[in-house]
Amino acid sequence: MPKTRRASASLTKKANKANIRLLDGNQAAAEGAKLSRVQVIAAYPITPQTPVTEALSEFAERGDLKAEYVAVESEHSAMAVCTSASMVGARTFTATSAHGLAYMHEMLHWAAGARLPVVLACVNRAIGAPWNVLNDQQDSISQRDTGWIQIYARNNQEILDSIIQAYKIAESVYVPVMVCFDGYVLSHTEMPVDVPSQEDVDRFLPPYKPHTILDPANPKNYNLVTLADPRANADGVLCHGYMELRYLLQEALQNSAETIIKVGQEFGELFGRNYANMFWKDNLDDADIVIVAMGSLAMEAKVAMGMLREDGLKVGVLGLRMFRPFPKAALVKALEKARLIVVFDKNISYGSEGATSSEIKSALYGSQIKAAVRNFIVGLGGRDIKARELADAVRKSLPSLKTGALNIEYPEWICYI
Amino acid sequence: MRTRDCKHICDESSPAIGEAGKTGEWRSLTPVIHHNKCIPAKQKKQSCFLCWLYCPDAIIKKTIPIQINLEYCKGCGICVQVCPAKAITMA
Amino acid sequence: MNTKLYEIRWHGRGGQGAVTAAKIVAQAAYLKGCQGVTAAPSFGAERRGIPVSALTRISTEPVMVISQVEKPNAVVVLDHTLLKYKEVISGLSSGGWLVVNSWQHPKELNIKGDFNIATADATKICRELGLMVGGLPMVNTAMLGAFTRATQIVDMPSIKKVIRERFTNNAVDINLAAIEKAYEITKLERIK
Repeated sequence: MPKTRRASASLTKKANKANIRLLDGNQAAAEGAKLSRVQVIAAYPITPQTPVTEALSEFAERGDLKAEYVAVESEHSAMAVCTSASMVGARTFTATSAHGLAYMHEMLHWAAGARLPVVLACVNRAIGAPWNVLNDQQDSISQRDTGWIQIYARNNQEILDSIIQAYKIAESVYVPVMVCFDGYVLSHTEMPVDVPSQEDVDRFLPPYKPHTILDPANPKNYNLVTLADPRANADGVLCHGYMELRYLLQEALQNSAETIIKVGQEFGELFGRNYANMFWKDNLDDADIVIVAMGSLAMEAKVAMGMLREDGLKVGVLGLRMFRPFPKAALVKALEKARLIVVFDKNISYGSEGATSSEIKSALYGSQIKAAVRNFIVGLGGRDIKARELADAVRKSLPSLKTGALNIEYPEWICYI
Repeated sequence: MRTRDCKHICDESSPAIGEAGKTGEWRSLTPVIHHNKCIPAKQKKQSCFLCWLYCPDAIIKKTIPIQINLEYCKGCGICVQVCPAKAITMA
Repeated sequence: MNTKLYEIRWHGRGGQGAVTAAKIVAQAAYLKGCQGVTAAPSFGAERRGIPVSALTRISTEPVMVISQVEKPNAVVVLDHTLLKYKEVISGLSSGGWLVVNSWQHPKELNIKGDFNIATADATKICRELGLMVGGLPMVNTAMLGAFTRATQIVDMPSIKKVIRERFTNNAVDINLAAIEKAYEITKLERIK
């Protein structure tokens, strides 16, 4: 496509001068969607995501953003609107939290199954019962197996940047992308954010090119009843059965890492903030103790790292950026020197352990790394988690350095029980 | 032949005759048109076309006289029910 | 200012503008060249009249801490009736500042601690200027004047610049007047 070519050719030109504004996470998400020139927005307000919908409806109403804002009666409908609009060739955006995301669950599967590049901002919030509006990551982790790519932001700059990149990733691999960020901790906290110019974002992000499009001039059937076995269509071409389509979705996610890194690199070349990675590495070169955290906690973990380094411990931080696809091979490489891995999860897979802990253990299986993995459940329902508490948890785990993997079946919790 | 050759990434097809397979094989009773009973609705030609209109599988051709495509007729018998002249029977 | 983190905790009642004040200070510090600033409300469901808090963090380096403030360098109290709650001055750093909206002199507050105290009658200033919202004095901007005078963490030109940026035209002058007046009348009591 001519427009695509123009976009990539102009990437070599340096971006416009920095335009730093103090934005909270919700504003950063709304700005990211606006700069991505989304064409259809369908969202239902829910704490703490509400300001995203307010900002975008204002942008659309004022004419700052040429988009159709569809006021829906539920999150299920919001995602139905996004998938439908995406099928007729529109770039679509929605945002939600907690119960709203849970209510969307069925349609999340549909968007991924239909391979529609919808982008969703998930403002992470705890799920009831009991009611709680504060932060943890149980909501997006519960959507782990819907076939969506999941990106977690550590700060507000990463929220804005990730949404712009999310469109480029989603529209390259035809998999929807969820950009997750911690409710309140980021969504309601202002910090400096470099807001790129529209001109630069246009150079980075080419217009959406759908892989399939509903068009009355060329009638098509999409996602009809597709049974177990492949069958030939009317032209005699053997078409996928349900299982082949599931394979293709898995294959798309497996291969998406390459696109994610390429897009992150291109973003870095243009805007000076490099995202050519699946996770963030801090001081891993000499670290035999590695703290793993995802989202804003990966920032706080760096403060804990500083405290532990003052104690003379060789500590590094691995901040997970991508949860799906999960970067198993790259992680094994990054954790080569690790002898103790302390994983903090703001979620719990009941009856098992924290979701990222399971992923790390599964990545290490069969590798040469003989590291103990200790898992701590922290910060559920907005429970404040301080750097010194993270550092204490690491100190508590130190015996595992000597004894190797202690056989701890279930995670430890940092709480008052 | 592998299914990848279809180049689809989600389930996709074009509306076409035979897209659902040879549905004529589903039939147990076959509609038979008795042209002599068919109503000469327009210019004394057999053209009421109610059977054409109601056929859920669109396998009745709007010709004079009408033609039933038995390759795809499932034998549902709706045409028999809607024909005011009882010109179609199931055999 | 060195690279050390400077933390401010704001206490007020829902509707008094504690969160806005927290944001204005963050923005003013950023204008003065502090790369790391954050401003956040206390998290939860806030309502008018309920005791609320907010925080500002200022550093020359990007701020990594995202948890709640434990040992603030300054505590600003927009409503003196909140002083009865012990969490208001909880953790206030040694040598830090307690800045209170009160008609009393710092000594008369009878607060003992290892910190400096400043007072300014922001309520009176707002009443005199007519800086009222919904029938209540909007004391947050006046308290910025008292805060700036006491702590010197930000300066008046940057605070004023932020006010001009953030506020609509007709609100700028009255808020600037409140800030200047408060700056002028703030009473300071330093620890010996």
